[in-house]
Amino acid sequence: MKLLPKIKPAQLPAAGAKFVDDRLTVATPMRRIFNKVFPDHWSFMLGEIALYSFVVLLLTGTFLTLFFDPSMTEVVYDGSYTPLKGVEMSRAYATSLDISFDVRGGLIMRQIHHWAALVFVGAMTVHMFRTFFTGAFRKPRELNWLIGIGLLTLGMLEGFAGYSIPDDALSGTGLRIMNAIILSIPLVGTWVAYAIFGGEFPGGGEIIPRLYITHVLLIPAILVGLVAAHMALLVKQKHTQFPGKGRTEKNVMGERMFPGFAAKGGGFFMIVFGVLAMLGGWFQINPIWLFGPYKGEVVSAGSQPDFYVGWIDGWIRLWPAWETRNFDYTIPAVFWPSVVFPGVVFTLAALWPFLEAKFTKDVHFHNLLQRPRDVPARTGLGAMVVSVLLILLISGGNDIIAEKFDISLNAMTWAGRIGLIIVPPLVYFVTYRICLGLQQHDREVLAHGLETGIIKRLPHGEFIEVHQPLGEVDEHGHTHLEYAGAPVPKKMNKIGATGAQPRGVFFPVERRSDVEAEQKALAGGHKE
Amino acid sequence: MKSSVFAKMGERFRRAVVLLLALGALGGLYAAFSPTSTAKDGVNTAADEATYVREGQKLYSEGCISCHGRNAEGVTDRGPSLIGVGAAAVEFQVSTGRMPMARQEAQAQRKPPVYDSDETTQLAMYIQSLGGGPEIPNGDLREGDMSAGGVLFRTNCAACHAFSSNGGALSSGKFAPTLKETTDRQLYAAMLTGPQNMPVFGDNQLTPQEKKDIIAYVQSMKESKDPGGLGIGRTGPVPEGLVAFLVGIVACMFAALWIAGKS
Ligand code: HEC
Ligand code: HEC
Ligand code: HEM
Repeated sequence: MKLLPKIKPAQLPAAGAKFVDDRLTVATPMRRIFNKVFPDHWSFMLGEIALYSFVVLLLTGTFLTLFFDPSMTEVVYDGSYTPLKGVEMSRAYATSLDISFDVRGGLIMRQIHHWAALVFVGAMTVHMFRTFFTGAFRKPRELNWLIGIGLLTLGMLEGFAGYSIPDDALSGTGLRIMNAIILSIPLVGTWVAYAIFGGEFPGGGEIIPRLYITHVLLIPAILVGLVAAHMALLVKQKHTQFPGKGRTEKNVMGERMFPGFAAKGGGFFMIVFGVLAMLGGWFQINPIWLFGPYKGEVVSAGSQPDFYVGWIDGWIRLWPAWETRNFDYTIPAVFWPSVVFPGVVFTLAALWPFLEAKFTKDVHFHNLLQRPRDVPARTGLGAMVVSVLLILLISGGNDIIAEKFDISLNAMTWAGRIGLIIVPPLVYFVTYRICLGLQQHDREVLAHGLETGIIKRLPHGEFIEVHQPLGEVDEHGHTHLEYAGAPVPKKMNKIGATGAQPRGVFFPVERRSDVEAEQKALAGGHKE
Repeated sequence: MKSSVFAKMGERFRRAVVLLLALGALGGLYAAFSPTSTAKDGVNTAADEATYVREGQKLYSEGCISCHGRNAEGVTDRGPSLIGVGAAAVEFQVSTGRMPMARQEAQAQRKPPVYDSDETTQLAMYIQSLGGGPEIPNGDLREGDMSAGGVLFRTNCAACHAFSSNGGALSSGKFAPTLKETTDRQLYAAMLTGPQNMPVFGDNQLTPQEKKDIIAYVQSMKESKDPGGLGIGRTGPVPEGLVAFLVGIVACMFAALWIAGKS
């Protein structure tokens, strides 16, 4: 009468796996995935920071939906935050206050959610620049670059929607500016704004519920889909890697998915989660109770968007009030910095892999990365873009900086305008020169060897520094090593002169005696 | 045995008396020196008032006359007329240290006051005696409805002083200052007299009760702790973005370096 065959506990994993495989035949694909190799350069983990903060956003966001009600019904606040008792407000704002003051653990959840949003978009941006500077977007990976641009754009929109739904005075100010931006679009602006807001701003209370469904369902669903596609392409096309010993266009060196990488990834997820929880617990973010409910007549000094929209705000602040009139049609000044400029930026970013391939006439596959120094023009351009974004970000907060550091606001505006014209070309030029200099030094070491720090005096009195060549030398003492765009050792102990060094970033993770023993064993019979 | 119990009782009693005396003395000292006990409460009789005005005039001719003129009629390019600005304006300007002004600048700034509260009252009463003008009422100025005050503050004041009352930049180097150190009476006086670039909120715009509501709100907000942890200036997205990068992303990147270094 036994339904199940008797299995010893030790056989349970094997039997369980067989049970699954007999029914789903997944052993072969799973084996391939488990054996997938991940290279382990730290910069490859920037994307993971974004991925893990997204998971945290999904978790905390789901918690928030349990208590948040996006309704625009007017209520009288009766929660435990006394300074707002008896004030009229929307249910959306009232429930945000309830999450902050009356739901157990609600405030820290809201704060982790908001910090995770900032880290999510921030990590995506940093990850994108890593991909850019190392040429990881080149054929065959253009599609994944495009998906990345889509993720970044949607991430910004998602953040803006989230920032808007609590219906506090700051989010209302943001929505009013967004409304003005949409209105500024020629021909269609008015219609689009009316359609989105359900009438003239602030509309009849449609906008918050609409943003809510966009924020908790529409965009997250698309984001999850895009993230899945991003990962699938990554697995299919395999990782890129930096050039180095044994690394070719045809292989990947690193750690297997299972167990090495999975353990590391799991650990790293816990660390990212921990950092976000620490931020949420220690640092106050978006104190909506100070802002009060949104009312048309309430505007505060120092109103800012989150940083991922801040650069557009900076551009709006710097742009002169040029209104253009064509064919009886007025285009408000805000149209150029808030619609045209971000549009151009994102279009150029999306097209970059194709543009670069066209300019360099490069039709090859690339699985090996480039070091930034080996592509000075691209690196210079990237640095220039970073400088523009930083100037715009600073200008987006120029009133705060003016107030805190006692600088005139007008001076800040003009500094931003002039900086925007002067700084980027300078940054380009300097970066370009630095790249060439670094390359030059690599070539020098390849040809002449490492500086040993040993000074010799020749019989006729001349002093020379002794160089340690990296390979066989010819009669002139020159080495003929090809420049391969791979790291070149720059210090004697990198080639074993001072004995092997234990590895580790903050503290050694190996024992010195072990390392030395290993080196001796490797050196074998070679005794001097 | 018994005597020692009594001795102990006596000891305790003496200690209690000493404690009470000490507390009483402390209370008296506090009452004498605490900034909220306005010296004006001591001005009861007409004779008192006359002395105060006379003292005020003396102080005026030492510290203010160079810019505001012999009869407070003003001096071109140096200082405006003070006729009719009222005791409230004087108390605000002098107790926040703005007057006497040190040098001509975009905006007179808050400094440690030069005159003590008695002298300030004397100056105020002297100017009041010249042409009248608004006065700060006595009594508890914080006796108001905090939530009503919050609504009024956000509609009338936040545009310049920000939600947090931490201040904000205006054009051309002018700014609305933080209200961090501002006292109840200074808040009231600022609304009543509208110093420099600040509009006047007369009793028609904000009734005395509404002013007290605002004071109740501002002072309680300043004193309240941040429920969410470190307030990072209560300034919103600018410091928040900095913290997200400098703390959040940098910490994660160090973790990445550490993990990658272990393989
Ligand atoms: C160095 C010149 C100078 C001195 C000294 C000076 N003031 Fe002033 N005062 C000014 C100027 C200039 C203004 C105009 C304020 C502004 O708009 O910046 C002013 C404004 C004022 C106001 C506000 C007037 C209004 O319309 O509300 C009061 C009150 C005042 N001063 C009182 C005094 C008193 C009392 C003293 C002496 C303790 C004094 N001042 C000393 C230059 C001076
Ligand atoms: C148009 C902008 C503006 C508005 C609106 C405004 N203020 Fe001001 N406020 C200022 C400026 C500018 C100053 C600095 C004046 C000076 O230095 O003489 C100031 C100064 C003050 C001060 C003195 C601060 C100190 O301790 O030095 C107080 C208090 C104050 N305001 C309160 C208020 C209150 C309360 C409201 C709302 C009822 C309000 N203000 C509305 C611009 C404004
Ligand atoms: C499925 C995933 C998500 C859900 C269910 C969700 C849910 C919510 C809810 C209910 C709120 C309002 C809470 C409040 O009162 O403060 C909110 C706020 C917010 N969300 Fe999300 N969210 C999700 C994903 C995201 C993502 C991916 C981002 C960032 C790109 C984001 C950014 C924000 C922001 C900035 C706020 C404002 C928070 C505040 O006021 O402090 N959310 N979210």
